[in-house]
Amino acid sequence: MKPFIALVTRHRVLAVIAFLLVFPLIMPYSALAVNVLIFGLFAVGLNVLFGYTGLLSFGHAAFLGVGGYLTGISMLSFGLPWWLALPIGVIASALVGLVMGWLAIRTRGIYFSMVTLALAQCVYFIFYKAERWTGGENGLRGIKVEPVQMGGLTFDLLNPLTKYYFILAFVALALWFVSRLLASPFGAVMETIRENEKRAAACGFDVARSKLLAFVLSAAICGLAGGLRALHLSIVPIDSLHYLTSGQAIMMCLLGGMGTFFGPFVGAAAFLLIEEGATNFTSHWQLVTGVVFIVFVLFFPKGIWGSLLERMKRS
Amino acid sequence: MDINLFLLQLVTGLALGSVFVLLALGLSLIFGMLTVVNFAHGAYFMVGASIGAYLYGLTGQFWLSVVIVPIAVGVMGLLTERFLVRPLYGRGIDYPLLLTFGLSYVLVECVRIVFGIDGLQMGTPASLRGAVNIGVGQFPLYRLFLIVATALIVVALWLVIEKTRFGLIIRAGARDPEIVRILGVDISKVWLIVFAIGTGIAGLSGILAAPIRAVNPEMGIPVLAESFVVTVIGGMGSLVGAVVAGLLVGVVYSLTSLYAPDYAEMSIFALMALVLLVRPQGLFGRAGLMS
Amino acid sequence: MSDVILNANRRKILLASAAAGATTVSPFAINFLSAQTPTIKIGFPVPLTGAFGVEAQDQVRAAELAIKEFNDAGGFNGRMAELVVRDDKLNPGEAATRTLELIEKDKVNFIVGSLSAAVQLSINNVTKDRKIIFNSISQSDAINEVKDFSKYTFHEALNPHMTAGAVGRYAFAKYGKKVVFLTADYAYGHEMVRGFQTAGKPMGIEVLADIRHPIGAADYSSFLPRIQALKPDVLCLCNFGRDLLNSVKQATDFGLKSTTKLVAPVLLYTSRVAGGAEAFDGVVGGTSYYWRLEDTVPSAKVLNDRYRKAYAGAVPSDYGALGYAGVKSVLTAVKNAGSVDTDKVIDAMRKLKYDFYKGAQYYRECDHQSVQSVLIVESKSKDMKDKNDVFNIVSVEAAGEARLRSCAELGHKA
Repeated sequence: MKPFIALVTRHRVLAVIAFLLVFPLIMPYSALAVNVLIFGLFAVGLNVLFGYTGLLSFGHAAFLGVGGYLTGISMLSFGLPWWLALPIGVIASALVGLVMGWLAIRTRGIYFSMVTLALAQCVYFIFYKAERWTGGENGLRGIKVEPVQMGGLTFDLLNPLTKYYFILAFVALALWFVSRLLASPFGAVMETIRENEKRAAACGFDVARSKLLAFVLSAAICGLAGGLRALHLSIVPIDSLHYLTSGQAIMMCLLGGMGTFFGPFVGAAAFLLIEEGATNFTSHWQLVTGVVFIVFVLFFPKGIWGSLLERMKRS
Repeated sequence: MDINLFLLQLVTGLALGSVFVLLALGLSLIFGMLTVVNFAHGAYFMVGASIGAYLYGLTGQFWLSVVIVPIAVGVMGLLTERFLVRPLYGRGIDYPLLLTFGLSYVLVECVRIVFGIDGLQMGTPASLRGAVNIGVGQFPLYRLFLIVATALIVVALWLVIEKTRFGLIIRAGARDPEIVRILGVDISKVWLIVFAIGTGIAGLSGILAAPIRAVNPEMGIPVLAESFVVTVIGGMGSLVGAVVAGLLVGVVYSLTSLYAPDYAEMSIFALMALVLLVRPQGLFGRAGLMS
Repeated sequence: MSDVILNANRRKILLASAAAGATTVSPFAINFLSAQTPTIKIGFPVPLTGAFGVEAQDQVRAAELAIKEFNDAGGFNGRMAELVVRDDKLNPGEAATRTLELIEKDKVNFIVGSLSAAVQLSINNVTKDRKIIFNSISQSDAINEVKDFSKYTFHEALNPHMTAGAVGRYAFAKYGKKVVFLTADYAYGHEMVRGFQTAGKPMGIEVLADIRHPIGAADYSSFLPRIQALKPDVLCLCNFGRDLLNSVKQATDFGLKSTTKLVAPVLLYTSRVAGGAEAFDGVVGGTSYYWRLEDTVPSAKVLNDRYRKAYAGAVPSDYGALGYAGVKSVLTAVKNAGSVDTDKVIDAMRKLKYDFYKGAQYYRECDHQSVQSVLIVESKSKDMKDKNDVFNIVSVEAAGEARLRSCAELGHKA
């Protein structure tokens, strides 16, 4: 078992991608598989801040939403192609992250969570009110990706599997980036801040700046998830900015295991599959999700992946 | 705009703020003492309203419901603390928060199963029905009652905390639980009771709000956000803060509704962001808490 | 007292039907039903969980009735129809995902459903790209407009322009010209205000204020003193469902009913039953259907009787009846077209003249809006025949394209 773990840990990005390549085959339907990719990435983005830097943000829906809206608005209102619109969404998200982060890192602990929540709600209202650009409550509609020509091949995103692999390509890229980030010296700084902020400062790290950088990178990753979601659903619903969406991402992180590389993805998959399974069963699916969640908080605080890792290491 | 309308709007804001005050008191009490951020607070509010509306429908006795509901919801809080929250002490602030987040899902769904998904009917009790002239215009009697009831509850709570031995323990425990433990007080029992009181007040505000709102399983969701805003503005853990901020938020919301109704909802979040940026610990919060 | 007991009974029925709904959602049911001849599958995304669960369950019940009628009559050349129900959770993102599931995995032939403006636009966005017919059974003006419309888009429900217009023409003539709007701040709310204003302009109404409130607000008290001071003849509550219930309840507390007539573009049967006679007493509103229409319209009687027989004496609600009509018109078009081919069914739907439950209807050429009558009802607290008898039908505005926004106004060419 141990060599296997060592192998997976060393080539963690490759391992995830290998798994994700066959993933749609084991899912009930591919739109759900795409949702797992997108929410997995969203949770990975949050995890950079929450799991690795130790800052619990309750406002990350803002980045999912801004990424989605700006990608969509660039395409609809300015007629830009998707490959230009997507980076615009990511950059916009990072900029909003910069402003929110700059304001929020002055506070600590629970106040940090509350400031991020309040600022994200303000973003929500701004987008809600800008009906001309965002469609308001009705959401942004009509985002359409024309078939992509690449090297003589045509990729039509109306084909569900094509869409899955198209989105997987971006998710894989982002995962590789996150993996490099965590392995870099900056990754070590983030974890030091999580473990002991004072010690990090004493070691000569600029704590405030590092926190801000982690915040912005985390926002950018979530922004990418939002942009991809816009391409996937061809709409951007207003509740992608709602604080309950932030709550969902936190639940996913925790369910999978925060502060682990695979955890958020496992959490997103588990969360969506539990919800899917429970919905098919009963209209009281929230009862099932709630109980599962409580059980995890009480008995598996390290999450599915975290607990699994621990057990495998021990054996 | 005419001055009577302004004053009437102010009174409306106070009545609105009364509900906020009650909600924030419970939340702040639990946070100040246990450092638990109770995300199920809105759900307890909803449970209180549902049980209350059901009892009222069954018996026609409003006052009976007002007595039974806080006790019933308080007992639920008791069980929650003992079996769900207690195992999490010492694991950091995130875990109780996440646990209560999950619990709120469960409570909402349980109410849907027990009382149905379309909610319950709850009329205004006959003795408090109708509108009265308060000098500046007609105002619903029930909302006046709400202001008075809140004042009474606040005074009662203040007396308990300031004038009783139990209150002394609470105040000391909020400052330094270790010292209190060393002095031979069973702090876990105190926490249990405080949690029960906090949820009991949430349930009480539920039944008090039930006659003016639609009682349904989703009614706690907006309430949760509002009570957080109030608690954070007042300073988490500060009871004075909860009262002041509750009334402040009620009045701000009410006056924005008059002059710029489009921004009424946003105004309270903007207020919260503003207060936090100027004074991160809230108006009456102690700096350094929970950092 | 008696209200509570009645409510409890009603709840049992709802729980039972929720269980029935759950079985249709179960994947096992699908395997079980797919015999040799492929069934005609109609995807039916509705918000079974969420604030409109009661309405959604009735939509499912009534739609099942339409399916049953079709199958009992031998189906289409022996091909049976099947309803594939999905819970959209009143969430546009979930609805889009569910619609993708229905099209890509369940391979449905048609989609009927939805119970919110945002959700129907989201479903429509997915179906039109994939060339699947979608018959929407909830209200929206936007879906008629050229930006969202496609030839695959049909709109069985009324739209806010029609309902608000009809209610306005009735109420302004009868109760007075000084008007205040209390409007839920989203597209659907604004559309209702526009409908009222278009109807009111030629009548010379005076709008004293248009006050926007946040959607889903729990407390309306802060908006009410101003309205009280303005003393309008008519207060138009341009909101929906629970917002309407809350605002009506609180306006009553403020004593507004003594000076002002409360008017709602859409007065839901289910809201009124949940909210009680006292709060809604005297409120005038519009609706697509109310079961007492059976006193004058034979097809309404037929639907009610079938529904009563199938569901223990209950009557269909407004949105329920829309679920019935939405499914039935698609299936009727299949029979008329002699095919399940999308383009042929579209042609047949465009030619359809139908009277399924409320009198003559047809889909307008340019935007596929179902041209139909609007009922004006007044909520009552006395002289109720039974627990279902909650409204009086005070007026019926006849169907007519003149009551719709013109095709040119919506951006359609000719």
